[in-house]
Amino acid sequence: MSKVIIQTDLCKGCGLCIEACPKKIIGIAKHAINAKGHHPAVVLDEELCISCAFCATMCPDCVISVQK
Amino acid sequence: MKTVFEKPKSLSNVPLHYCPGCTHGIVHRLVAEAVDELGIEGKTIGVAPVGCAVLIYEYYNFDMAQAAHGRAPAVATGIKRADPNNIVFTYQGDGDLASIGMAETVHAAARGENITIIFINNTIYGMTGGQMAPTSLPGQVTQTSPYGRNPSLCGYPIKVCEMLATLDGPEYLERVSVHNVKFVRSAKKAIKKAFENQVNNKGFSLIEVLSTCTTNWGLAPTAALKWLEEKMLPYYPVGVYKDRSKVQ
Ligand SMILES: Cc1ncc(C[n+]2csc(CCOP(=O)(O)OP(=O)(O)O)c2C)c(N)n1
Ligand code: SF4
Ligand code: SF4
Repeated sequence: MSKVIIQTDLCKGCGLCIEACPKKIIGIAKHAINAKGHHPAVVLDEELCISCAFCATMCPDCVISVQK
Repeated sequence: MKTVFEKPKSLSNVPLHYCPGCTHGIVHRLVAEAVDELGIEGKTIGVAPVGCAVLIYEYYNFDMAQAAHGRAPAVATGIKRADPNNIVFTYQGDGDLASIGMAETVHAAARGENITIIFINNTIYGMTGGQMAPTSLPGQVTQTSPYGRNPSLCGYPIKVCEMLATLDGPEYLERVSVHNVKFVRSAKKAIKKAFENQVNNKGFSLIEVLSTCTTNWGLAPTAALKWLEEKMLPYYPVGVYKDRSKVQ
């Protein structure tokens, strides 16, 4: 199971999670587009995730959940 | 695997309508976390403002009422006095709380009303398209101050926590910010304490949260966080402005 689950259908692509991630492993899926018309955030390298939940702490839309 | 972060139970499943990166959403979540942790979901009643957060009643699983522009502290007073077992809070922007609703704010504070106020200071009227607010910074460009706020023409910004701290009524006044993880965590503590005070019948608590308005500041979401940190923090220092529990 993934450590970081992003509900990409509700993501607004704001990038606050990207900025907050200390491991810099979140990016914007430039070639994907959700029903709201946003390019959603994606986890690029989950191996490096330390489950700090900084991304989820900054997500204004509360669409990230984190497991350890 | 163990869950280290998930959506708080008090937050409903309705998607937030806010602009991408608007920190209203972070503050909504912090309120829900505080309510969950204190186990008061069943007796919490919120009062929605007029402003971008006008639909906040959609976003919680507890009861909410809707007040006319600026009148949330008066409506909250009525709800609280009708049944003091309820935990009653308002959620208001700076146009709502510090402009049209200034009288209700000051008098609720002066009465030491046992309610909790979550006050979003984003230096602008968000919902109506970015007009100057009482909290707009000197020199800040808005729709109604296109050359920058000129204090000799429009006066100076109102520092709500500092002003209310001159009153004997309030129990607890703190200004916090949500521009990074560290600040979000201390904002959470302050918001929780503001609810806890009410549970313990201590009286009026107000938390001023420095927040972003990406759209009307004309900035990308991450640039808006930076603007908050660089421009707002020096003018609106975070900290505790009054805490009666700390006074002998
Ligand atoms: C009696 C009345 N006057 C004016 C308005 C127009 N109005 C709607 S929202 C708003 C200001 C909102 O700004 P703020 O409280 O800062 O909240 P934000 O939208 O920035 O979150 C105003 C003036 C109104 N709805 N009702
Ligand atoms: S912070 Fe939330 S809404 Fe913004 S890009 Fe990341 S997951 Fe999407
Ligand atoms: S207009 Fe400003 S305050 Fe309102 S939702 Fe958009 S960014 Fe947030």
